[in-house]
Amino acid sequence: MEYILIIISAVFVNNILLSQFLGVCPFLGVSNKVSTAAGMAGAVTFVMSVATLVTYLLQNYVLIPLGIEFMQTVAFILVIAALVQMVEIILKKVSPSLYQALGIFLPLITTNCAVLGVAIIVVSKEFTFGGDPQMLNMAQSVVFAIANALGFGLAMILFAGLREQLELANVPKPFKGMPIALITAGILALSFMGFAGLV
Amino acid sequence: MSKLSILTKGILKENPVFVLLLGMCPTLGTTTSAINGLGMGLATTFVLMLSNVVISAIAGYVPAKVRIPSFIVVIASFVTILQFVMQAYTPGLYETLGLFIPLIVVNCIVLGRAEAFASKNSVYDSFLDGVGIGLGFTAALTVLGLVRELLGSASAFGIKFINGDGILVFILAPGAFIALGYLLVLFNKLKTKIK
Amino acid sequence: MARESTLKNMVLTLASITLLASTLLGGVYVLTKSPIDAAKVAKINSAISKVVPEFDNDPSSDKFIKELNGKKYTVYPAKRMDDIVGYAVESFTTGGFGGRIVLMVGFNADGTINNTSVLSHTETPGLGDKMVEGKSDFSVQFQGKSPENYKLLVKKDGGDVDAITASTITSRAFCDAVTAAWEVYKLCVDQNIKKEGQDE
Repeated sequence: MEYILIIISAVFVNNILLSQFLGVCPFLGVSNKVSTAAGMAGAVTFVMSVATLVTYLLQNYVLIPLGIEFMQTVAFILVIAALVQMVEIILKKVSPSLYQALGIFLPLITTNCAVLGVAIIVVSKEFTFGGDPQMLNMAQSVVFAIANALGFGLAMILFAGLREQLELANVPKPFKGMPIALITAGILALSFMGFAGLV
Repeated sequence: MSKLSILTKGILKENPVFVLLLGMCPTLGTTTSAINGLGMGLATTFVLMLSNVVISAIAGYVPAKVRIPSFIVVIASFVTILQFVMQAYTPGLYETLGLFIPLIVVNCIVLGRAEAFASKNSVYDSFLDGVGIGLGFTAALTVLGLVRELLGSASAFGIKFINGDGILVFILAPGAFIALGYLLVLFNKLKTKIK
Repeated sequence: MARESTLKNMVLTLASITLLASTLLGGVYVLTKSPIDAAKVAKINSAISKVVPEFDNDPSSDKFIKELNGKKYTVYPAKRMDDIVGYAVESFTTGGFGGRIVLMVGFNADGTINNTSVLSHTETPGLGDKMVEGKSDFSVQFQGKSPENYKLLVKKDGGDVDAITASTITSRAFCDAVTAAWEVYKLCVDQNIKKEGQDE
């Protein structure tokens, strides 16, 4: 039950892009085509779930026992940067076809604040599932990360679809490009507000 | 480039938000009021200024292949110091800005300036660049925050001047996108007029 | 410009930068630790002094824990000349629109609500956050009321509380938290009466 709540809450109600504003740079940057948006979403899903698992372990089995929680930001970002590099190398060796599809997005992910954001939320925020507030355990953390990545992907692909249509529309000159994209994103966010109160 | 133009270019010509469209996450996420935008801008300026100085000082000694990780460690350290200082002296603001303070680490503006400017220029120039770009960012966030606050809660810098509620949606998430969209339109219009 | 990359100097540079950074952070951490703790205490203290009548003790050091329905609540007694003039109860609810709301609810010695103060919340700005003192008149209506004869439910549910427009869920949660605080307050008073009985 908790898992279903986590997923619905992360994908629809508190969508990471449209209501939390994490990962807006790639959202605006690589959403011209549905296919690239899907590629980015795939790469983010992969990195976000692995990164969250690793930072969860790092926080609970290294930083807290040693009493050096103040190194959290430094440690997390280094882990994410290293992880992205590693994923890139492994993917290149193991599955060249997958690398072809996701490769170009990987370097961009280090500075995707959604990845670091989710890693920090998992170790710092208490969640309530109808009962007492509690920290997420390991399985819940990973589900939370995957759910957020799915929410990221959903928003990304919807938005890319809209932008493909916008290309064909006759937009007034000062609105061309980013301004109309932002306004469209606003309307998309407005529609996601309809999910508020669902969980 | 003269010292003055290094300092001022970030405010209009190379404004990180309105021209370069960088650092969108805090721009949209923290500007529910003018004060919050101002606070976020100044916090980023603090990190940008110090990281620019240190990075330009050490850039010559860092081997090319570990350049990015080294820069990230420097930036993350200053962000952590900022977190401590804010928790101690401005706990209210720290709570409001929340997650976006640690996320300054991955703000593309900070790493972008380290790469594009600080690693190639003198310490003093990098300092000016950090301050200039930081102030440009602060100005953009304050303007966006002010617009959203005016429309959304009918007040400015927390001071209410009309009795009433304002158009709520501008404080909520969709309003952030829409307000920034229209500000960009205005900015583009102004730019073509000046040309 | 940048030096040539050999494995040795790469490892050496990265290690020394990280070491330097962690020493620096450790130092700043130690330096700012006491101001950070002080800021946290100051926040609680300012909330306490907002919600209870004037006192001359240090409620933070006299605080105690009360259990109600398996949940733990912190109570800060306010005393003047060693007489209890009120209690500040740190109450919470998970029923808010955005999740958890933490409140400080202050009671006078006669059992009426003196004032309330929101410690933390994640309600929607402009809607649910009107429950925060000073943002609207919502919290004012509780002042001076005794839950004994003032029904802590929104009018829609048959109570006496005017809900915040368009934020019924937040208003309900707020009432829940105040009700819980009231229950905890009654526990404290009962205990005091018993104690006095034993003294005599």
